[in-house]
Amino acid sequence: MLMADDTKHFFDNPANVQRVLYLLYFCCAILFILDFIIHRHMLHAWEELLGFYAVYGFIGCVVLVLIAKWMRTFLMRDEDYYDRFELDQHELNGGDHVGR
Amino acid sequence: MWAAEIPAFLPLFLAAAVALFTRGYIRGGILLGLIVLSGIHLTMIPENVQVSLRFLGYDLMPYRVDKLSLIFGYAFHIAAFIGVIFSLHVKDTMQQVAAPLYAGSALGAVFAGDLLTLFVFWELLAISSVFLIWARRTERAYQAGIRYLLIQVLSGLILMAGLLAYGYDTGSLAFDYIGLNGIAGWLIFLAFGIKACFPLLHNWLTDAYPEATPTGTVFLSAFTTKVAVYALARSFPGTELLVFIGAAMTCFPIFFAVIENDLRRVLAYSLINQVGFMICGIGIGTALALNGAVSHAFNDIIFKGLLFMTMGAVLHMTGRINGSDLGGLYKSMPKTAVLCIVGAASISAFPLFSGFVSKSMVMTAAVEEGYGWVWLMLLFASAGVFHHAGIKIPYFAFFAHDSGIRTSEPPTNMLIAMTIAAVLCLAIGIYPNALYSLLPFDATYHPYDVTHVLTQTQLLFFSALAFVWLNLRGLYPPELHSVNLDAEWLYRRLFPKIIGRGFAWMWRTDRQLRQALVGRIVRLTEHLARLHYPGAKASRLRPTGNMVMWVAVLLTVYMWLLLSFIE
Repeated sequence: MLMADDTKHFFDNPANVQRVLYLLYFCCAILFILDFIIHRHMLHAWEELLGFYAVYGFIGCVVLVLIAKWMRTFLMRDEDYYDRFELDQHELNGGDHVGR
Repeated sequence: MWAAEIPAFLPLFLAAAVALFTRGYIRGGILLGLIVLSGIHLTMIPENVQVSLRFLGYDLMPYRVDKLSLIFGYAFHIAAFIGVIFSLHVKDTMQQVAAPLYAGSALGAVFAGDLLTLFVFWELLAISSVFLIWARRTERAYQAGIRYLLIQVLSGLILMAGLLAYGYDTGSLAFDYIGLNGIAGWLIFLAFGIKACFPLLHNWLTDAYPEATPTGTVFLSAFTTKVAVYALARSFPGTELLVFIGAAMTCFPIFFAVIENDLRRVLAYSLINQVGFMICGIGIGTALALNGAVSHAFNDIIFKGLLFMTMGAVLHMTGRINGSDLGGLYKSMPKTAVLCIVGAASISAFPLFSGFVSKSMVMTAAVEEGYGWVWLMLLFASAGVFHHAGIKIPYFAFFAHDSGIRTSEPPTNMLIAMTIAAVLCLAIGIYPNALYSLLPFDATYHPYDVTHVLTQTQLLFFSALAFVWLNLRGLYPPELHSVNLDAEWLYRRLFPKIIGRGFAWMWRTDRQLRQALVGRIVRLTEHLARLHYPGAKASRLRPTGNMVMWVAVLLTVYMWLLLSFIE
């Protein structure tokens, strides 16, 4: 494994990153406009809302990430949380009552 | 007439035996050759072949071929073929033997026509696959393997209890529709559910798969859960409970996937999410839904295998797999990056990729059958899977901040295996009719209509937009070295702690009781000793004159008594 060299790569240039983002914004805009033009056939009542899939996708992901982030506050532990317990116990060979 | 009665698992078991005694290119060549031959053999078997025999008064059918088992048979052959190519460079005989044995057990299970045969292969799946975890040869992998094996064997024991009860109730061990009738049905359902990763029973997968070897996880991801999906599709189609279990399975793992650091564990959570779609389809139980479940299982074997292969390649080349340690790898592994993006697009169900043509069948069936809320959950999960598997995996491994790691592309055999999987993902996505012609039930479905393409593209692009927005606003949770608590905490931390404390209390109480007793004995001996010290009561000397006086007193009393009688 080598460490970083000086060669410039595509995303090392912030302008290229910006170009990709603009492309994404453009696609999103087009897709949203298409919702006005194309008549979708619908099976669920919520689908009748204009731009339902776009809004649902966006809000769904934001909610997903924010809830997941909040879950970290009570679910996150140190990386060796289980190792500390399981690997030590193995080393002691089940004799952890000794010397209590 | 083709030799139809050669069961499909036999060539794979033969391959395992050969792998034990051969090395290097010869081993690889023979393994691949036997898998190809076995695959060709499978395509030539006429449908509805059954092999029956009588055993202990029961009619057994150790081998049954119909459309439902055939499609899983094809998928397992593809998975074994790709997996063996991916691991051609591995010189570890333990893995090279375990992998075909594991694939063969999966084939044996899907072609089993009775529950007893299913049970045998069910346990073989567990025993053969655990070696792919232990082959990592770390203490963590060893411990995870033990836990994995315990849970898998427990599933087998429950299946055994269920099939005995079922045989007792119905007088038959046929592996057909069972349904949730009576204790037997529930036991079998639970046994299948453990292997299918039902919520709260799912942690064996997220615990063990990321600890397996880079090549072992590729095999693991293909077989065990899909055998369970097949078993549920065979025995519990249309069981409404499965709709809700499946919907829960699509949703809860994506939260864990977003905050998980180990990228192979992210994929493990995402695997549960994908199995959730299949379980949901089985629960809905219409021809369209079941076809959706089966075809999604077929596609998932390929695209999830591809994703595990790309992450395996990253782990193999860099020795790291945590999102926090990786980044910028597109500079030195561009081909792997592109292949990973193909896998990511497939699992996210982009149009022209394989996930698109199968997942939507389940979702359409859900909304058609009036499961509106379930449909909304599945839609949320579709956006979520794009978020954590479609974007997070390629982004944190190959892009994001540059970790400074410079490596090279993985060995050629790994690249070939990934390319085959990627080509299949695209081929199925572009020409789904090839897959549809293999489906077991009669239902016509056309994935490529304007509405479906538009809505799915909208959903995915706006999910990507949400990712970009959250990142630009600094709201996206950073990758951190951490462990996130899940249901496994119960048996990895709470139960051991309770048991540990229980034993500690027992030892302590026992010791206190014994100490109290010993203390009393010691005090008694001390007391006795003290009595005999010089000058103490027991050691005092008494003169003989005392004795004479007391004898005289006694004689006087006798005399007095005697005289009083005479009078």
